[in-house]
Amino acid sequence: MVSWLHECLDYMKLNTLTLTETIAKLRHKEITLSDLYTDIHDEIAEKNGILNAYLALDDEAVRKAEAVKELPLAGIPVAVKDNFLVPGLPTTASSKVLDGFMPPYESTVTERLHKNGAIVVGKTNMDAWAHGSSTETSDYGPTKNPRNLLYLPGGSSGGSAAAVAADLCIAAIGSETAGSVRQPAAWCGCVGLKPTYGRVSRWGVVAMGSSLDSPGPLGKTVTDCAVLLNVIAGRDPYDATTSDRPVQDFVRGISRGVKGMRIGMCYVDHPKLHSTPVDHAVREAADVFRKLGAAVDVVRLSENGAPNTIVTPDYAIGVYTVVQRSEVSSNLARYDGIRFGHPRSAFGEEAKRRIMLGTFTLSRGYADRYYIRAQQVRSLYIRNFRKLFDQYDILISPTSPGYALEHGASAKSPMFGELEDMLLEPSSISGLPGISVPCHRDISTGLYLGLNIVADQWQEEKILQAAYAYEQATEWNAWAKR
Amino acid sequence: MNDDTFEPIIGLEIHVELKTASKMFCGCKNDPFFAGAPNIYTCPVCLGLPGALPVPNRRAVEWTVLLGLALGCEIPELSKFDRKNYFYPDLPKGYQISQYDQPLAVNGRLEVNYQRTTNLSAQAGNKQPSERTIRIRRVHLEEDTGKLLHATVDSPTSPSGLRGAGKKVTLIDFNRSGVPLVEIVTEPDIRSAEEAKVFLKKLHQIIRYLDISDADMEKGSMRLEPNVSVRKKENGKRKKTDALPDYKVEVKNINSFRFAERAIDFEIRRHIGLLKQGETPVQETRGWNEGKGETVSQRRKEEADDYRYFPEPDIPPMRFTKNQIAQIKNQIGELPDAKTERFVTQYGLSGYDANILTETRALAGYFEECVRVAQKTKEHDITPKKIANWMINRQIDLDEVMPAAFVERIVAATHQVAIPEEELDRAIADTIAENRKAVSDYREGKEQAVMFLMGQIQRKLKGKGTPDAILAKLKEVLR
Amino acid sequence: MKGTTFSAKDVTHIAALANIPVTAQEEQKLADGFNTTLHVVDQLSAVNVDGVEPTSQVTGLENVFRKDEVDGTRMLSQEEALRNAPRTHNGFFVVDQVLEQKS
Repeated sequence: MVSWLHECLDYMKLNTLTLTETIAKLRHKEITLSDLYTDIHDEIAEKNGILNAYLALDDEAVRKAEAVKELPLAGIPVAVKDNFLVPGLPTTASSKVLDGFMPPYESTVTERLHKNGAIVVGKTNMDAWAHGSSTETSDYGPTKNPRNLLYLPGGSSGGSAAAVAADLCIAAIGSETAGSVRQPAAWCGCVGLKPTYGRVSRWGVVAMGSSLDSPGPLGKTVTDCAVLLNVIAGRDPYDATTSDRPVQDFVRGISRGVKGMRIGMCYVDHPKLHSTPVDHAVREAADVFRKLGAAVDVVRLSENGAPNTIVTPDYAIGVYTVVQRSEVSSNLARYDGIRFGHPRSAFGEEAKRRIMLGTFTLSRGYADRYYIRAQQVRSLYIRNFRKLFDQYDILISPTSPGYALEHGASAKSPMFGELEDMLLEPSSISGLPGISVPCHRDISTGLYLGLNIVADQWQEEKILQAAYAYEQATEWNAWAKR
Repeated sequence: MNDDTFEPIIGLEIHVELKTASKMFCGCKNDPFFAGAPNIYTCPVCLGLPGALPVPNRRAVEWTVLLGLALGCEIPELSKFDRKNYFYPDLPKGYQISQYDQPLAVNGRLEVNYQRTTNLSAQAGNKQPSERTIRIRRVHLEEDTGKLLHATVDSPTSPSGLRGAGKKVTLIDFNRSGVPLVEIVTEPDIRSAEEAKVFLKKLHQIIRYLDISDADMEKGSMRLEPNVSVRKKENGKRKKTDALPDYKVEVKNINSFRFAERAIDFEIRRHIGLLKQGETPVQETRGWNEGKGETVSQRRKEEADDYRYFPEPDIPPMRFTKNQIAQIKNQIGELPDAKTERFVTQYGLSGYDANILTETRALAGYFEECVRVAQKTKEHDITPKKIANWMINRQIDLDEVMPAAFVERIVAATHQVAIPEEELDRAIADTIAENRKAVSDYREGKEQAVMFLMGQIQRKLKGKGTPDAILAKLKEVLR
Repeated sequence: MKGTTFSAKDVTHIAALANIPVTAQEEQKLADGFNTTLHVVDQLSAVNVDGVEPTSQVTGLENVFRKDEVDGTRMLSQEEALRNAPRTHNGFFVVDQVLEQKS
């Protein structure tokens, strides 16, 4: 008797809307900003204590939203990873070293969001200094995976991914150095987009690996991510590594489909992945693409990047480990507690390890063997991808070697993050764009697997088109299917 | 003072602050010396805040290439910035953006021609002409650090309420952090303290000519560190091989070229003293103490610092086309040596005078403007030599007097001498004829009368002629 | 190629270079962690990199500069510059007196 009443009311909490839906409904005055923010804040009040997705919240968010509701993003609440400098709230990068740091300037990414009418509703938890793939190394406590609280959300943008997955925001912003957007998106069952390195400005983002860091959106659908990419992408005179390539409209043409696309399926023959759930999930995805009119080949693994093969991701682990830690050791040198922040004794264990190892790999007598060599092997990966993209439009692979792991897993190895991100490191060190979309769900645990789609530099539209087509043709994205 | 069995091996490392409007990697005002208050010209970049990124100043890069070209350097096609990592409170990022293995300019030279003082221990003033080429190893670009001040404060502001009278602290001002700094490194080709001073003056002059820096040692926009070592000569002659001594001493805290000469001299004598006793001077950094006239050990360099250089990931590399380099080269203009030579041949000046007049571009320009103006007047005897003479010997403030007015003064003065003989004779004859009483007064011994006659003659001549010449002629006639 | 092995003494040296305070107890644990990591990294020695240029930039960009102009929009006031500092004095940042000469 009660059920038909519910069907009539068709009640939906506004925080569960996608970005695209929210903007449309606000424009058509079907919903109000006030109600939207009430639902968001209610959900946060109920869930954030457990999930610990947010470290800080802006009490003035709804008031600020009202002031900008005429702009394209209509005042929507966006969750932003705590390594982006946003004045008015502390920016800590989840480290006690920056406890209480109030930035005197703003990141370009959030400035562009603001200019377009989005509101930073809060700063999300992360692995301290982005050093990790679990969000467990945060100095402010771990974040829990909203799909199953016993499990990790992934990282380092774990807080942003969790905020999206738990509908504590309409969309989110994270950053990826090697996996830190795509992997938590996969583990939390949402969409994560890593743009081409140089596509989005790093001005005002706490630097981790300077030649790798790529700010990117996390969202409920592929289209949502494309909308945000439109807003944040483009040359910034304050970041000399941003490209002056014009930013096309990534939403227009997103539904072009994959007919005629040449797709390479990668890493499924890796000894660690063969016959595992991720192998099956990606092969299923390949079948979906074939049905949609694409040609999908298996790209075999090789040690040396021979023609028609893809270099094993095993070496990318070493490359990434060395390059990232070397750059980290230098980037974190400014945290000396003199001009801001707390003394270096406040660094957590993981940060200390990485700084020291990076110092070592750059040090006299060892730089050739470690740093230079790593950058040489990096060149080999870049070369390999260049050849592959002569043959293929996009490459697909699992995002992660498996489902999310349980809490505590990250402490088991000092190489935890690098091993978990193994499949993403090759494209990250090459500066390529990639997206992860949900591609399988385990009924028993409620956890997701992610499908990683990668294209050549500056070809975000290809990965968005493929991701959109896949999202529409399958059932894995609950928001898209609604 | 050179003991003849030893020869000094001296290299110089010079830092020069470029006078660009803005800093090297950010848009902060570049004016640290006159700032007036600490930490007023900072931004996230030069303060080393989280998330800040460097973007290089194009003009600073061009000026560095300009200087390199003026010093005869090659400009490699590719260049880049590197990070030099070390910790110090005046270095906000914990690394300095500098250049390591691909500097903007390499392999240059500076000709140093001077009158070398020989045998100082013998008579003073023995001079021999010396022509030396000092090779420039590299010219590169980097950023300056903040400034430290040692102080004792009673109660620095602190959340923990640190109080206590007389706490020794170091104060930091980041106005200077990020100012563009050019580093010039010579090969250890310099063979005496005097030579070093001549080199420095030459370099300083070129930098001022290019107008890229004030290069003022007192204001800190030019700094220098000599490296000094000494080796034994072979059979009283210089060694044929380039084998360098196995040690070198770096000297800091030198605030003028004169102090540089004194400090280097001191070090040479100190090293010779040690070597004669069979000891090798310790490889270290020493500070010059002008008051005591000696260097003092500051820091042992047992192992060289490990700066862990790696390419700056935040800044794309630089590539120069031949065209671009040629365009920059065209901006050099005439350098001091060439200008001096030209002044000698074109204007017939002595080398000595030419050197003085080409001291600065501005002075040389003033001279040439005077020559131009003089050529336009009908006074053909206002020669360049005369102008040079006036400029060098008369105490006229050239800031107050424009070239045209300057020439006018010369004209006025010299014109008085060039009065035709007959005109003077007629004026004197006419004056005598018209003033018989004054003439007879003078002949009776009244000296003032001659002054009256002088005045009358000068009126007739309308101020032409020099008083001395007129008086002499008049007295002759009156006799 | 034989890999590097870290001892606690090596950790002390690196910690000094990295300006990271470590206690004696932490040293061995850190050394073990480094050895695990370097073991993975040493796999790179199997790769043939003869004649391969190291990559330090992936964008392919060159010659990115800014005009020599003062940018008032990004400059901080003295107050803003000092706002997050734990110790200040008359507009300066403050540290305990530095005795060591810099590099």
